[in-house]
Amino acid sequence: METLITILIGVLVTVAVYLLLSRSLIRVILGSAILSHAVHLLLMTMGGLKKGGVPLIGEDNSTFTDALPQALILTAIVISFAVTAFLLVLAYRTYKETGQDNLDALRGFEDE
Amino acid sequence: MNNSIVLPMIIPLITGILLVFFRSHIRLQRIVSVVSIVCTVAISVYILQLIQQEGILRLDFGGWLPPYGILFVADSFSMLLVLTTSIITGILLLYAFASIGVTHEKMFFYPFVFFLITGVNGSFLTGDLFNLFVCFEVMLLASYVLITLGGRKVQLVESIKYISINVLSSWFFLVAIAYLYGTIGTLNMAHLSVRIAEVGQGPLLTVISLIFLIVFSLKAGLLLYFWLPGSYSAPPTVVAALFGALLTKVGVYALFRTFTLIFYHEPGITHKLIGVMAIVTMVFGSVGAIAYQDVRQIVAYNVVIAVGFILVGLAVSTEAGFQGSIYYLVHDMIIKALLYLIAGTMIYLTGKTRIDEMSGLIRNYPLLGWLFFITLLSLAGIPPLSGFIGKVYMGQGTIEAGAFLLLAVAFLSSIFVLYSLLRIFLNSFWGETIINEDDDVPLKKGMLVPCVLLGILTFALGIGVEGIAVYVQDAAETLMNPQIYIEAVLYER
Repeated sequence: METLITILIGVLVTVAVYLLLSRSLIRVILGSAILSHAVHLLLMTMGGLKKGGVPLIGEDNSTFTDALPQALILTAIVISFAVTAFLLVLAYRTYKETGQDNLDALRGFEDE
Repeated sequence: MNNSIVLPMIIPLITGILLVFFRSHIRLQRIVSVVSIVCTVAISVYILQLIQQEGILRLDFGGWLPPYGILFVADSFSMLLVLTTSIITGILLLYAFASIGVTHEKMFFYPFVFFLITGVNGSFLTGDLFNLFVCFEVMLLASYVLITLGGRKVQLVESIKYISINVLSSWFFLVAIAYLYGTIGTLNMAHLSVRIAEVGQGPLLTVISLIFLIVFSLKAGLLLYFWLPGSYSAPPTVVAALFGALLTKVGVYALFRTFTLIFYHEPGITHKLIGVMAIVTMVFGSVGAIAYQDVRQIVAYNVVIAVGFILVGLAVSTEAGFQGSIYYLVHDMIIKALLYLIAGTMIYLTGKTRIDEMSGLIRNYPLLGWLFFITLLSLAGIPPLSGFIGKVYMGQGTIEAGAFLLLAVAFLSSIFVLYSLLRIFLNSFWGETIINEDDDVPLKKGMLVPCVLLGILTFALGIGVEGIAVYVQDAAETLMNPQIYIEAVLYER
């Protein structure tokens, strides 16, 4: 299972890097969103994909799942959600101001 | 357990949230901001004093004992930085009152300054690696808003670069955390240190430490500074000053924390690499600082040089070196804020950004000219100003460690700093005045007072260095002996 997820992470990172390197701003943002999904999966895999019970005292389980990676992922998801939302608004504003979403065309505003 | 150490983070947070509701009451916003920042400064002084009596303080949130819960740890190093941050923010807020303009004030400028400070102070105080990530993100999100606020074309374009690079470095941060958790099974910094000391820092852990090095170097502008000059030139003066004085320093702090507390077993690889990166940063920073005519670029490259200089102390890792770094860190926060304010004021007064288009400013604005002269001397390290003591200890530290190349480059870079600023001084402040009396833009008192305050601070820190020597010594000792930190976090009940 771990191997499978690791391959999935690899695929996601590949897709994300491809998108990040493109010229269109909206693709870059989508790339960063996919990149963050890859790292969330990585966090979960590195914590170990254990088959255990709910980590609560009083439950009749012999093994428990590590709850910490899930807490970390939850926090990371919220943060990446906020950043992606902000980036989308920024891209929209930039498009409105400059009429461009091509990153190459957005260069060279040295003296405004 | 001491509940007071959460206050430097929670006061700005609550202030920020409160200010959101008083959007159109600018006067009230200003009063609340000043009161809140004064409280933060007072509490930081109190905690710093308390640490000298009771040793390192910690606060376990929710009563979860370390290493299970998230905790805040306050030692002299972090509290010195929290204190300096709070003082500088207070002074920069005064400048903002005079310069930022009603539109910014109504569009939640002050709340986001406070959110930024929440993140900065939180990063200094946290004792948990994941919490450090969260505090970084709080700080960065606030900085994204501050850099784009106003929405001029140049701001939007520069902020896309700034945000993309920071999203990427946050991604690397998460990757490093995931690997570290997978290998060691904990994220509490003190606990990490203990476990790594037990199992030894093998190649795998050294690679993870290098990922952390990349992450924090990107934030600090150590070698990976290519995003810095552009994005720090785009926002309004106050915001640029906040960024230049505080944001890179958080990255520097994180580097010091991780490479003195957690990954200190392989100095031959990690610390040597930091040394090489510091040298390259100082060389390229110096080249940048003398290559440009734009005053904002020159100032931004000065930030880069200072980051390289501070990290020389970490590269040599001697007690004198650490003391030098800490003195210089505090000094640099003050002086970079002052430098950015003066540069911004020059642009405000002349409407020009290139130094060859300004001339004779000292005749029209003598006090501003003299303040710039003081800044220049302080950055060059002339006693009795604040830059001197840091350089002395840094020199001592590098000589003790026998790192003569680092010594040479560090002190040569000071000469380039001096030259780059002298160029501004000679071109813009001396010479024939080109502003005739009718076009003379009056210099607002509200802009001059913060600069004077910062100027007094650099004098005060230089002359009253005895006053903070106790704290700096304590901070350097803790950095030198991670055992002190570990004892305080894990074994004191």
